[in-house]
This record gives sequence, C-alpha cells and structure tokens, in this order.
Amino acid sequence: MKARSALLLGSLSAALVAFALTSPRVVAADKVDPVADAKAFQNFFFQKFPDVKHEDFVNGPYSMNADMKRQWQEKEEFPPYEFALDAGKEMFATPFKNGKTYADCFPNRGIGIRQNYPYFDGKEGKVVTLELALNRCREGNGEAPYSYVKDEMASLTAYMAFTSRGKPMDIRIPDDPRALAAFENGKRYFYTRRGQLNFSCASCHVQSPGERIRAEILAPALGILNAMPIYRSEWSGMGTTSRRFVTCNSQTRAVPLEPQADEYRDVEYFLSYVANGLPISGPGARP
Amino acid sequence: MKRSLPLAMLLSLSLAPAARAANEADYKAAYAAAEAASKEAAGMRNQWTVTVSALAAAKKAGDSGDFDRAIAAAKEAEALAKASTFQATSEKEAWKAMEIR
Ligand code: HEC
Repeated sequence: MKARSALLLGSLSAALVAFALTSPRVVAADKVDPVADAKAFQNFFFQKFPDVKHEDFVNGPYSMNADMKRQWQEKEEFPPYEFALDAGKEMFATPFKNGKTYADCFPNRGIGIRQNYPYFDGKEGKVVTLELALNRCREGNGEAPYSYVKDEMASLTAYMAFTSRGKPMDIRIPDDPRALAAFENGKRYFYTRRGQLNFSCASCHVQSPGERIRAEILAPALGILNAMPIYRSEWSGMGTTSRRFVTCNSQTRAVPLEPQADEYRDVEYFLSYVANGLPISGPGARP
Repeated sequence: MKRSLPLAMLLSLSLAPAARAANEADYKAAYAAAEAASKEAAGMRNQWTVTVSALAAAKKAGDSGDFDRAIAAAKEAEALAKASTFQATSEKEAWKAMEIR
C-alpha cells in the first residue's frame, strides 16, 4: 500500500516522528449507528476490566488502582473542590445586572440537568455543551462570557454537576442527519492520531488505561467526562472539560484547538453518549 | 502523492554545512517555504507545537542576523509541517483502524 510504505520511509528517514505502523483495515462506508457503537464501547471496557464495577468507571484513574482509590476516598472527606462548589452555588444564585439568573436559561432552572449535556440543538444544527450554554446564558443577559479554561466556568459547572450526582448520563441523538454527523465527527476526532507523537485520544484512554504516563495513571475513556470538572493538584485548582482537552492535545505535541471548537463539542457528544447509563460523579478531585 | 514527505525529511537531515555563509535572501526563501507549509497544516487543523517552535526559532535567529541557524530551523519547521499534513491526510481513513467495534 502506497501510504503505508511512505509512512515507513518517513519514519526511517527521521526519528523526529514516532509514526506507529498501524495496518489500516479496510472498512466499508457503513451507517452511523450510535446505539451499536455505545454497546461495543461499554463492552470493551467491561471485558477489559472485569473487576471494575460498572458505575466505578466514572472515577477516572481511581477506578484503575486500588491504592489510589483508598487515598482518594480519604480525601473526599475534605474535598479540594469544595471551595469551587461553594463559589459556583453562590454565582448561580446571584442575579445578573438585568435581574435574571442562570436558572432562567435552563430547563428545571438548571438543577439536576447535567446528565443531559451536551445536547444537539436542532435550531443551530450543532452540539451545545454545558460550558457553551452557560456562556450563551451570560451573553444573552448582557454579561461578558467567562474564559472556558478558568475558575469561574469550573465553579459553575462544578455546582451544576453536583446537583446531578448519581444521575445516569442521558444523552440523546435526535433523528436528524446533522446530529448523527456530529456524533460521527466526534468519534473520528477521538480515534484520529495527531501531534508529533502520533497519538489519538484512544491511544491513551482506550489502549492504556491504568498505565502510568509520567506520574499519572490514565483514566479509561468510558465515563471519562462524568466527573468533570475536576480539581487537580498539578493545576492547583479546578479544570473544565475544555481545559482538559487542551491539555491532552498539548501532551501529544498537537496545537490545541480553541475551546468549544466544533471538534471539541463533537468529541464531548460522542464520549458522553457512549457513557449513557453511567452516573454523573462530578465534580472530581485528582492527585 | 502531492508532496513527498520522506524527501522533505531527508533533505532536512542532509543539510550539509553550507559552503558559503547563508545570506538573508536564502533565509527569507526558507522561511517563506516553512511558513507556507505550516499554514497548510493549520488549515487542516493539525498543527504541531514543534512546528510552531521551530518557526519561531527561525524567526528569532533571522532577526539577529544568524542566517545559518535561521535556515536550519526553517527547514526543520518545514519538514515538521509537511509531516503533520501527511499525518492529517492519512488519518482521514486510518482512524477507523483504531475504532472499538
Ligand atoms: C499522551 C496520552 C494522552 C492522550 C493522547 C490524551 N490524553 Fe486525556 N489524559 C491524559 C492524562 C495523563 C490524563 C490525566 C490522568 C487521567 O485522569 O487520565 C488525562 C485525562 C483526561 C481526562 C480527565 C479524566 C479524569 O477522570 O480525570 C479527559 C476527559 C481526557 N483526558 C480526555 C482526552 C481526550 C478527549 C483526548 C483526545 C483529544 C485525550 N484525552 C488524549 C493523557 C492523554
């Protein structure tokens, strides 16, 4: 195959590029079938880690390592995200200058709805994440949007996640070709290799969960968004889903996309949909 | 294939020490080529961080008049950018091999 020999030559001529030689399987252009995809995705992890309780996958690296899990459970008595949670609760209740609040922008006044995000918005024809919906709420009420990677956004999503704790992820894909295309695009983004290290999201979170990369234990891709946002000691603070995606891209020496780029919205849709049924566990705390 | 990645890489590695000191015009040509390649990568939404750094290093050396160093960095940036566009092109289909089914 031409592309393959070119790859081989490429990696021989330069140790710069760590091209792994995958053998591209020829896959027929088949239909997008999210139900079958989610089933296969969950089965893969359930079989790979038969000792992990299904609802435990949402605890990221802790689901993979008993020692770590014990330390974490001790920490949960004084969780490091508590500060963000309190701040988020207060922000959520504080009216904008026009007298409205976040509650006015969301179904059920924003309480216990985290498990329905991201959703496909038929009017826009695109995926809308919780972070995006929060900023649209702000802008619609005459307030400046928050940075997607900073504390305020993490505090707000931490509070909203907390009100949904334990509720099963419940992402819908409406019968709309654009929604199916968004799901498929998210899937493609998840499996596409990028960066000089030639890694896809799956290289780390499907092929190597439980393994160490530097000091960190890799989280399994199944339920990987259920604990967002997370407190991380390395960040000395909270991080949003946007921040995590950007960090993961940089680790492979890929220039990250802008937060809430279509690809990020779609990959969030894909990863959340395949986690349907698994409980929301956010906000999370990581070493 | 539109561009030959292996060739670009071999070229970048076989940069023999220049017989004559490189001049500003050589640098500008090398930089322009690197910049064009990196723009193509960015257009495919597949820029590598190392390309950006190599390009910045080329610019810095060029601005300080160190054209040998500037050209070497520009060539490296160009090769990296071409490798990343090659990656993006081959991944258009190759990603399916990784899929859980
Ligand atoms: C080079 C390996 C690597 C790649 C590639 C990678 N990540 Fe990560 N990811 C990590 C590490 C390390 C962490 C922190 C430890 C952990 O929680 O897994 C992490 C954490 C995460 C988390 C938080 C999990 C948690 O429970 O704390 C999410 C979400 C995530 N990654 C998504 C992605 C997505 C989406 C991609 C593809 C765009 C991706 N990652 C690519 C290494 C990687």
